[in-house]
Amino acid sequence: MREMTFYGTPLPGLEPEPYAGKLIVVEGTDGVGRSTHIALLRSWLESRGHAVIDTGMTRSVLAGRGIKGAKIGTTLGRLTMQLFYATDFADRLENEMLPALRAGFVVLTDRYIYSAIARAAVRGVDPRWVRSIYGIALVPDLTLYLRINHTEELVARVLASGSKFDYWESGMDLHLGEDFYDSFVAYQARLLREFDAMSGEYGFRVVDASRSIRRVAADLRRAVARVLERDETVTRARGDKKASALVSSG
Amino acid sequence: MTMTSYGQHRFPGKLFVVEGTDGSGKSTQLALLYQWLKSEGHPVFFSEWNSSSLVKDTTRRAKRKHLFTPATFSLLHATDFADRTERDIIPPLKAGAIVLADRYIYTAFARDVARGCDRAWVREVYRFAVRPTVAFFFRAPLDVAIDRIVSGRPRLKYYEAGLDMGWTDDPEESFTLFQGKILEEYDRMVEEFGLTVIDATRSIETQQREMRQIVLRHLSGQAEEAA
Repeated sequence: MREMTFYGTPLPGLEPEPYAGKLIVVEGTDGVGRSTHIALLRSWLESRGHAVIDTGMTRSVLAGRGIKGAKIGTTLGRLTMQLFYATDFADRLENEMLPALRAGFVVLTDRYIYSAIARAAVRGVDPRWVRSIYGIALVPDLTLYLRINHTEELVARVLASGSKFDYWESGMDLHLGEDFYDSFVAYQARLLREFDAMSGEYGFRVVDASRSIRRVAADLRRAVARVLERDETVTRARGDKKASALVSSG
Repeated sequence: MTMTSYGQHRFPGKLFVVEGTDGSGKSTQLALLYQWLKSEGHPVFFSEWNSSSLVKDTTRRAKRKHLFTPATFSLLHATDFADRTERDIIPPLKAGAIVLADRYIYTAFARDVARGCDRAWVREVYRFAVRPTVAFFFRAPLDVAIDRIVSGRPRLKYYEAGLDMGWTDDPEESFTLFQGKILEEYDRMVEEFGLTVIDATRSIETQQREMRQIVLRHLSGQAEEAA
């Protein structure tokens, strides 16, 4: 059990409390393989007997649909975008992540506040503002940063996936290049710099994602296993005395 | 291109906002001000709380299905306000027009804090807002405001009455409690933000006269430029 720690002001009505689950974040630029690795981690964790939920940006019941709708047009302003995503985040934090963590689940999240901070920084939005809004965020147990060395690798992956360059993933609202391709490369390179800059501050576990899926997956499993074991070791070291004391007092 | 924070904007236009509890008569006063400014030949734009077309459907659905918590209620309203700021407020102000806003950030500060959000956090969320030229606070005693609303509506709405807070199941009692907390927050903000208090118990005409006098003082510079 670990005490909940928040980056800043916690959500209204929320008291920090010990929780049994684990919050594991998978971060990285677009096309780096986050969803593939989350799916792999999930089945591996489940095979080891852990209950898992996964979540990700724009998947909230409250704001997911609205954000997708707003992104169809090109009139979503940079401040509005930030706050819409923050709404989506808060809804998932309160209604998905925190209840699951209290119940002892491993929560795998595809992106966290760091993507929002990176996108804001790239768009010239005051990063201090975004960070204080996300003061409501729980400090994760582990943040896995899937890192590629060159944006060209991302391009190859987008092409391999057979999907076209997306307006927002290409940062077209920033007018960085004359077409989606140029813009995508320039935009992702800027995001990469932002992620790198945050890496030390937020204690990212950097994983070289330029390698094969198998090798990346093995690294991720090792890092996750360490976090899960750390907790088991601590519990064992503290002994059962404390646990039984808690049970009898409750 | 870093975002400027609250109060640092320097736009040629003027921004007048009205604030107050439900039933304080502020919307009536703003509509009269709008008519007057138009008839005087000023370019005037009007912006209402909760009116962003990007966010409207999400808000409506969340209200109907009771999906909000105090945090998401706060953040989604801030999203709506950001869209209005980027679209309806900043461009006309840059162009030198007059913008009238029915409810502004102080509504969020009062409601969200009444719902238990942290005062400093809510102010930080809205840091991008343009500081108004004048923020009118139509102050009506609690019982007056409550009478006006309760007699004028067949049924109090769930969030309007603060029923989401679970203080009581009785809508009228909950509404009274909630509006009381909101009024308390407004009173705290008078000094903090220099709100211009208008006594909303007086006649509509008297209030409007006072409002126009204050607005006029801020338009004198503009009239000269236009002439």
